[in-house]
Amino acid sequence: MTTAVLSTPPRHTTRDSLRQTFALSKRSTLEILRQPALIAPSLIFPLFFAALGASSFGRAVGKLDGLKDVSSFLEFSLASTLAQGVLFGSTTGGTALATDIENGFMDRLLASPSTRVGILVGRLAGGSVFGALQSLFFILALYPFGVRIQGGIIGALIMVLSGALIAMSIGGFMTAMALKTGSSEAVQGAFPLVFISLFFSSAFFPRESMTGAYKAIANYNPLSYLVEGLRVLTLQGLTSQATAQALLIPIAIGVGSIALSLRQLSKRLAQQ
Amino acid sequence: MSTTNQKMLPLEPPSAGGSLFASSNMLTLRAMRAIQRVPATFLPTLAMPIFQAVAFAGTYFAITKIPGFPTDRSINWFLSLSGCMGGAFSGLGLGFSAIRDIESGFMDRLRMAPTPRVALLLGPLLSSLVRTFVVLTTVLGVGYIFGARPTQGVLGILMFYLAGFGLAIVATGWGLGLAYRFRDMRGAALMQLTLFLVLFTSSAQAPMSMMQGWLLHVARVNPATNILRLSRQGFLNPPVGGVSWENTWGGLLAIVVLGTLTMWFAYTGLRKLEQ
Repeated sequence: MTTAVLSTPPRHTTRDSLRQTFALSKRSTLEILRQPALIAPSLIFPLFFAALGASSFGRAVGKLDGLKDVSSFLEFSLASTLAQGVLFGSTTGGTALATDIENGFMDRLLASPSTRVGILVGRLAGGSVFGALQSLFFILALYPFGVRIQGGIIGALIMVLSGALIAMSIGGFMTAMALKTGSSEAVQGAFPLVFISLFFSSAFFPRESMTGAYKAIANYNPLSYLVEGLRVLTLQGLTSQATAQALLIPIAIGVGSIALSLRQLSKRLAQQ
Repeated sequence: MSTTNQKMLPLEPPSAGGSLFASSNMLTLRAMRAIQRVPATFLPTLAMPIFQAVAFAGTYFAITKIPGFPTDRSINWFLSLSGCMGGAFSGLGLGFSAIRDIESGFMDRLRMAPTPRVALLLGPLLSSLVRTFVVLTTVLGVGYIFGARPTQGVLGILMFYLAGFGLAIVATGWGLGLAYRFRDMRGAALMQLTLFLVLFTSSAQAPMSMMQGWLLHVARVNPATNILRLSRQGFLNPPVGGVSWENTWGGLLAIVVLGTLTMWFAYTGLRKLEQ
């Protein structure tokens, strides 16, 4: 069975487009939240690593450069836990889109008179909502263990917003990958690249304590500055620079990744 | 239809061509050819420990500056974790292959063949050891490039291999046992998760002297701590390092006990599969 696909979408009023985009966003959000087996690892593993790091490197606090003014390693880890969890979760949206392509649902969407960009925005919005919820979950989960955000409630809200933006920006790359390959396995396979980028940043240990090539890579890695922005909000308080780092870096990455996924969407539509 | 000169087949199939050694050997060769033909099934097993050694050594370089840390080279500390991880995932890889064989029906054909059942365990075990050798040698080579230097000569390197092989045996038994019980990819997730948890809740990241809180209590009773001590003794400075019976026996005991238990787990799983 073949599905007729409208490569040129019908004209929509802005209201129609928003309504369709909202419906698609709601679908993708519910799709993520209804699969606990899929989302559990992105919630549990970062917390496990935070607990592991706190027990393993707790004695480094106050002794090593970059950790001298830190009261606990767990507080230091909140930023990396958040970034790690959201990055881990951001593959979920891309994988779901690839699954839609594999099982033909994407073709049905394209055959329907729905907004094309809405398909993409809806998918990314679902990931962003999940990213925000993950960030809130990590902040609340570590609170009983003494992790306090010096930036206060506003600082916590900025971190939650940053989580949503990180999910959107990395989700953009995953969506582009899903649209290019149409394979959920390929999207899953791209995750290690994201993980490697995080590891070669200052996410898990301060940049001040690194040397040589590792430090050079971490210096060039935008994720270092993003995580450090979140870390300042946690450890030192609300500053304009930390807020800018936490929000503007994912926005800048997002502009690139969404442009890439829109390009892939156009290519896919042209192939149909 | 029969003829007078037709040879009668014996009721029990002969073991010729299906002897334990020959069958295990063929299954080992099959697993080796699978690497050549589908490299994607083996590459993650090879790439992950290398990445881990390099990334951990770079990220956590500063921990070697903490007084009392048993080496001044972070790669020396993390190389053994990567070797053990490589051995473990080489073993689990055979569990994944067993799941694929069950799903594709090839395992049914293997079970119908007139071969000793133990060959269905011994073949994967031998191939996991061959895979582990490749992984350990590569990890060691890359580690050397990134600055790892053994402190105890050849004997220390032998201990590194011994621990890696030991964990490969344990992981093969665990992987096959779960594969024969779950019979689908759900088993694969459980294989990775359990082994990952066991390895990381040991002295994987930091020495016991540096640990605090819950991890110290878990690592103390975790047999993976002993296996890592066995592996690390050739890369650390005395008194923590240094090839000695004290640093060896705990790891050997852990390998023998866990290896026996997990291979028994695999054997009973195979029996269940046949039922």
